[in-house]
Amino acid sequence: MSGKPKLHYFNGRGRMESIRWLLAAAGVEFEECFLETKDDLTKLQKDGSLMFQQVPMVEIDGMKMVQTRAILGYIAAKYNLYGKDLKERALIDMYVEAIIDLNELLMTHTFQPADKKEQHFATIVDKATNRYFPVYEKVLKDHGQDFLVGNRFSRADVQLLETLLMAEECKPDILAKFPLLQSFKARISNISTIKKFLQPGSQRKPPLQEKDVPKLMKIFH
Amino acid sequence: MAGKPRLHYTKGRGKMESIRWLLAAAGVEFEEEFIETKEDLEKLRTDGVLMFQQVPMVEIDGMKMVQTRAILSYIAAKYNLYGKDLKERAWIDMYVEGTTDLMGMIMYLPFQLADTKEKNLALIIERATTRYFPVYEKALKDHGNDYLVGNKLSWADIHLLEAILMAEECKPDILSAFPLLQAFKGRTSNIPTIKKFLQPGSQRKPPTDEKFVAIVRKIFNI
Repeated sequence: MSGKPKLHYFNGRGRMESIRWLLAAAGVEFEECFLETKDDLTKLQKDGSLMFQQVPMVEIDGMKMVQTRAILGYIAAKYNLYGKDLKERALIDMYVEAIIDLNELLMTHTFQPADKKEQHFATIVDKATNRYFPVYEKVLKDHGQDFLVGNRFSRADVQLLETLLMAEECKPDILAKFPLLQSFKARISNISTIKKFLQPGSQRKPPLQEKDVPKLMKIFH
Repeated sequence: MAGKPRLHYTKGRGKMESIRWLLAAAGVEFEEEFIETKEDLEKLRTDGVLMFQQVPMVEIDGMKMVQTRAILSYIAAKYNLYGKDLKERAWIDMYVEGTTDLMGMIMYLPFQLADTKEKNLALIIERATTRYFPVYEKALKDHGNDYLVGNKLSWADIHLLEAILMAEECKPDILSAFPLLQAFKGRTSNIPTIKKFLQPGSQRKPPTDEKFVAIVRKIFNI
């Protein structure tokens, strides 16, 4: 049949990292095909594998799926990480969309021109600590449960953990004022599939270094 | 009980317009409360009704929903416009993300300065005609059905029609190389709920003009 999902992207986090996280958390083994040069991307575009000529692309269950959100939604539903009904799904979607917004800020930090970097950093910290983290801290406080939605592990928990860790890479004490997020982080990190993903040697990718940016620009521009 | 959904946004298209389209297409009556000034937005924020201090916000089924995609997915699923199974849903999601990217580009056009505006308009037309429309034209050609997914009206069709009409506002003959999309446009526009939404006096909002851009800049401080 179809075998393991196969991920097509460059050898870095970017928009594919959330997909790696979700598959790993669900205990799904996957393969990766890395784009190293512009020709690699052009080849995929020319052989009709990329619906809108873009990556991420994930070969899964006989489909060549594109569009990060579509891929994440499919994986979450398939592996029962999307709540038990429409309303839980709505809550998960709301939480996840905001996490994606924050992720976008974090992800684009390395690409900022030198004169904009400091301002961008300030924006990240401001939004994370004033707009986003307080919401999740309050959610956990209000229901007192281990997971964000429905007292059950879902994609919202996986994506929040991913973002908390990325935010800490930006500013190590960024969770200082959020005790429940700190314990959430520890708790979710300890889930066996996630614990495995967090260990060296897993398919988790390191943060983008400035020195890698030129190579990336060559592939995508 | 629940009553009609209540939309909180400015009196323009922006990110709320796709929600208006979907509700209208589903035949769901809705109310709107317009943010006219900075103070209106502040009040919503201090009232604590905006989860992330942002609009769109839609009061629906006892929830104060935020985040455009979350709202759209909920409405689509609730009114059976999201396919019959996981795979159809995956296809709908892929198609919708494509039209979202295209409409996103068009949405920001009025807010740009003259020289970037011209460049971006050219980019929009290029993307529409070489990246996006060919995909939907091919989908319709390959299966020969009236609708994009599963031979049944879905969110993907409604979203595509909205994108087509917005693209035509940018360049009226933009569909000239896409006969099946032209037929799709004619057909889908004729669905009674959508036909009604396309008539004057509906809750559909007009394109954003310079005057409205100034208002939006004031409200959102951008």
